Amino acid sequence: MPGGGLVLKEEGGRIVLAGDWTLANLVRQPVPRNVLEARLADFAARRLPWDLTGVERLDSAAATLVWRAWGRAWPAEVALGDEERVAFARAAAVPEALPPAPRRPFAEVEALGNQVLRAGRNFVELTELLGRLVLDAVGLLRNPRRIPFREFSATVYKSGAQALPVTALVGFLVGVVISYLSALQLRNFGAEPLIVNVMGLAIIRELGPVLAAVLVAGRSGSAMTAQIGVMRVTEEIDALTTMGIPATLRLVLPRVAALTLAMPLLVVWTSAMGLLGGMVSAHLQLGLTFDFLLHGLARAVPVPNLWIALTKGAVFGFLIAQIACHFGLKVRPNTESLSARTTSSVVTAITVVILADAIFALITREIGIPAQ
Amino acid sequence: MNGPCDPTPAVALDQVWSRYGRHVIHQGISLEVPRRSVCAIVGGSGSGKTTLLRQMVGLLPPWQGQVRLFGADLYRVPGDERRALKRRLGVLFQQGALFSALSVYDNIAFPLRELKWFDPDLIRALVLQKLAQVELEPRHAHLMPAELSGGMVKRVALARALALEPDLLVLDEPTSGLDPDRSRSFVHLIRCLQEALHFTVVMVTHDVESLSALATQVAVLADGQLVAVGSPEAVRRSGHPFIQAFFAGAPAPQP
Repeated sequence: MPGGGLVLKEEGGRIVLAGDWTLANLVRQPVPRNVLEARLADFAARRLPWDLTGVERLDSAAATLVWRAWGRAWPAEVALGDEERVAFARAAAVPEALPPAPRRPFAEVEALGNQVLRAGRNFVELTELLGRLVLDAVGLLRNPRRIPFREFSATVYKSGAQALPVTALVGFLVGVVISYLSALQLRNFGAEPLIVNVMGLAIIRELGPVLAAVLVAGRSGSAMTAQIGVMRVTEEIDALTTMGIPATLRLVLPRVAALTLAMPLLVVWTSAMGLLGGMVSAHLQLGLTFDFLLHGLARAVPVPNLWIALTKGAVFGFLIAQIACHFGLKVRPNTESLSARTTSSVVTAITVVILADAIFALITREIGIPAQ
Repeated sequence: MNGPCDPTPAVALDQVWSRYGRHVIHQGISLEVPRRSVCAIVGGSGSGKTTLLRQMVGLLPPWQGQVRLFGADLYRVPGDERRALKRRLGVLFQQGALFSALSVYDNIAFPLRELKWFDPDLIRALVLQKLAQVELEPRHAHLMPAELSGGMVKRVALARALALEPDLLVLDEPTSGLDPDRSRSFVHLIRCLQEALHFTVVMVTHDVESLSALATQVAVLADGQLVAVGSPEAVRRSGHPFIQAFFAGAPAPQP
């Protein structure tokens, strides 16, 4: 017993341990830990002499196990070799308990305070980054040969062109849903033609810009944070800086500029798809013709709404890119920081976009609403 | 631990060929590392030292040939046996490869917990022993990897590699990124542990000093082949140009 290279038995009034007492053998032999330990403790309680001279190997895992079964003290009589004595001495030298982690009595209060301070610091740093971008932009205007066109067009393509399919799909489906729900209500009042007003204004003024912004924040914002964050971890940003190229100029400015340009276009695209979905749904459910719906749209939604939507798109794109780059630059060289910053980036960007949308709604409440 | 030494070599490479795409790196490498020895693999950049090391630890099957650990073919034994084989292996990666989401304590406890055999109390005792073995203090257990200095990262990684009491310790550039003083003390630590615990060591290194202080066997890799294998003194005497350049200017090994 217990076999598998381990020997533990009573023989001639002595308790004999022999064989390879190693972690590998302990794990491999069939006896569970508590049974083995109980048996060792039983033997220890009988106060017989121990014979460990037959032990070929004793590693620290097995030594610790036996030492604990002995009640963390040498038995009265024990025969063993020098190496085993050293192994037990090592097991005996371990302190009884781990030193407690440094305690902070007001940890929750501290965490809350830190959260507030961090939010404040982020705001200050975002403002600093904005200032840096303005200075960089002015510098570029004076010296247009340094404009990073390649990065700019790459971002337009990756964050704009490649986002077309997903924004189209989501826009179309939301359009269908809005139109369907409105149609149910309007039919009760016999006001089916008004579907154009409800759907047109809602999609063009609100849903198009916000939907596009949320999708882009999740898709491109996270990608920007992760990319700049990894560049920070691998010291690529430091390498750029030592070549005399500021990271804000080469990495942040083209991304912010590109997304500010691409977002309004995506908003137009998303709204168009939303309207298409809404029209398909209205046509199928209420039997209104596409001709009627299109002409109605021009009457129901005054042109200023388009300008509002485009402005919203540009502002949202600017905010998303700015926040994404800011958090990317704050990544520290470990994997956890990268995931935490990417999460903060997306959550902050979406929150800020919705906040900005509310502010827009307040400012423009007199503009573009058709007079009754 | 005073029993006779098992005669099967800890690591045996048998006619190992490897290639990346069409680029052949190793052309029939055969090497035997006896138990309880310290084998250093040296070679120029791009000579495939690290590739060889990755093949030994089961990360990269060779294109042709066999890798045997303790007599068992690493890439052909069934899954259970292979897991047991890998538990006899401790690896110290060049950058430490500590799990950055876990504290020092949890990093070292991780392989022990995975066995599902020990209770938390025993794991605590073992983790504290490992920390003491690598000359760190119990209070360091609460630190996160990001808070450690380069030398401490190596020590914690060594403690984690030793957690399962390996028979074979594989070191990838153990002294890279350490200043001469720290690297000397780290080499001294590995040597003391090896003498106390009798594990076999296979390491890749560029550092002539740590090689002279540790290795009992040196294998020199050049042009896809092992151009010299033997004791450090014997390898030094061989006339291959790479070996001459590698040892040039290094002090003679201390007797």
